[in-house]
Amino acid sequence: MQFFKRTFPIVLAFSAGIVMFLVQYMPAKAPQNLKNGYIDWTIIIAGFAGIFGIISLTHYHMTKVRRRVPGYGFSITTLVGFTVMIIIGLFFGIAQRDVRTAGDWMFENLMIPMQATMFATLAFFIASAAFRAFRARTAEASALLIAGLIVILGRVPIGHYIPKLSELAAWIMANPNMAAYRGVVLGVALAGIAMSVRIIFGIERTYMGGGE
Amino acid sequence: MARFEQSWLWRIPVALAGALLLVLAFTAFAQEEAGVPGAPAGGEGGIAQPVPLTPPSAEEAAPEVVFPQPQHIRAADLPNDNGTGVALLFDKAAGENDKTFYTVSIADSPNGPFRPAVDFGAAGNFKENFSKYYPGFYWFGRFRHPNTIHVAPITDVTTGIDKNGKPIQEPLETGKTYYIKLTIEQDGQTMEWPETFKAVPKQNWFNTALSNNFLIAVIFGAIVLLFIARARRDPNLFIRKIAGLEAVDEAIGRATEMGKPILYLNGMSDLGSLSTIAALNILGRVSRRVANYESQLTVPCRDPVVLTVAQEIVKQGYADAGRPDAYNEDNIFFLTSDQFSYAAAVSGIMMRDKPSANFFMGYYYAESLILAETGASTGAIQIAATDSTTQLPFFITTCDYTLIGEELYASSAYLSREPLLLGSLKGQDLGKAFMMIVLLVCAILLTFGVVFVKELFRALG
Repeated sequence: MQFFKRTFPIVLAFSAGIVMFLVQYMPAKAPQNLKNGYIDWTIIIAGFAGIFGIISLTHYHMTKVRRRVPGYGFSITTLVGFTVMIIIGLFFGIAQRDVRTAGDWMFENLMIPMQATMFATLAFFIASAAFRAFRARTAEASALLIAGLIVILGRVPIGHYIPKLSELAAWIMANPNMAAYRGVVLGVALAGIAMSVRIIFGIERTYMGGGE
Repeated sequence: MARFEQSWLWRIPVALAGALLLVLAFTAFAQEEAGVPGAPAGGEGGIAQPVPLTPPSAEEAAPEVVFPQPQHIRAADLPNDNGTGVALLFDKAAGENDKTFYTVSIADSPNGPFRPAVDFGAAGNFKENFSKYYPGFYWFGRFRHPNTIHVAPITDVTTGIDKNGKPIQEPLETGKTYYIKLTIEQDGQTMEWPETFKAVPKQNWFNTALSNNFLIAVIFGAIVLLFIARARRDPNLFIRKIAGLEAVDEAIGRATEMGKPILYLNGMSDLGSLSTIAALNILGRVSRRVANYESQLTVPCRDPVVLTVAQEIVKQGYADAGRPDAYNEDNIFFLTSDQFSYAAAVSGIMMRDKPSANFFMGYYYAESLILAETGASTGAIQIAATDSTTQLPFFITTCDYTLIGEELYASSAYLSREPLLLGSLKGQDLGKAFMMIVLLVCAILLTFGVVFVKELFRALG
């Protein structure tokens, strides 16, 4: 049991990590087929794991409804929506050529408007976050406020009437902003390599659920 | 992140920078088969001897048309591919002008039929335009000999015509001999080169266009391993404090005191993303502390695979803390795979359950601000860690602590305090020092007009 819980996952992670690293640099057919095989396996596993997701979702909301947890009405809505979409998807969801199905109608008239509504709330959240960020209490916040105002004004039509503002906004984005961005990206890349090494060589094992 | 006490350590990145440049130069030159005009050519076809260009007939070429005479024509396997390509190479001919065009035809028998595969004008298809196949020439050769070698890579062959009248293109077969002909068009008149060339597509086992990437990955990997080995001998390593991670205990303690749950998100990516694995690693450490404090941990997941892994990690975290009975599988659950549905569902949990601490770990997209602003409105202490550069400003604005980029990956090692994991952070720091030196050296060289160093770090594959 210890072998399958600790040793086998480490061996698997090591071999898969090394192989997948090497095949990145090998254009020959055999390594590329191996790589594609790994990707296919990932898709198959994700497909089966979807069943766990459905079980988890149903169990979670059924429990809330059964226990009459405050807000359980939302769980009833979720379960009803889930069931209705599955039935329509299974029996009326298969697309025919030039024929719109009930599944298409549900998606276009329910899913898309609801997604758009959530996305639209982002505008209000950006406004409140900007208000908080632009309170000039410190030197850093003041610098942020000034840079933010220049970039905002430099990128809207009215900014083009102020001489050199667009060029200044472009300079801020292309130089100080890009320098910081690249610093973060370089750090992430190096940290990614370090973490990959820790995982491949079995030094980091927390993700296996096995601890030390 | 860390401070190096031993001054000799700084010699390592300098030596590695030099070694990297040397090995890159060697690798790239070694794989070149005919990088310099006039040099002996390799490949299957050998060198075409210059021949007097007599037009085949009076009809095909009027006496006043002088055809350019390409030199060193050779056919060869196309490098850095999976064995489905060949190429015809020749030196730029004297007399080429904007009315010169080349057509390269291919057949699987010396007697044909030859089908046109590539055509190009004299101003195009130079070797440096195909850096993926000829990285050595791109990195070094083109500065001495720019626009001097024409290349016609052939990766497909026409095998017939489909029912719609369109040609059926198929990749070349590995190991099969193909015959290649060159036709020159000048001032509207054509002439077929008298010699036929042959080449065999071969599989390549190492993509030299990625040799810079490979070397950097190997060198950094080796540095990290070196420091892990060093940490095994000397476990007393200094790591600077990361405020966001120091606040983890505070956040969990506050939740315990208030009797409210802790909300932990693993990001929006699947398990194929390194940031999700980093988030799960932190979850393991956090779950242990939550179990110790006897608090409640809620983990809504967006991906079913992440869900199963998260359940196992939290279960093990509770077991490691000696409280397996406190583990409740129902607290780690799947919500939805849809981005904004997930944001809506998590916002709902925040508003209903009012968790006292929110952890946003992993990779996020446009929903980051919806989640973080909703959490801030409930008065929860919020800790975010992401490598998503576009979402970092939103987290910094709305969260109490934000771990930027690499700190996400370092968090698990930091929280564990295990010397081996901390050793890898030291290696990471040395990698950064190496990168800073390379950037400085390259900036100086570029200032003095040595531009090829910039290209050494370009991804070509």
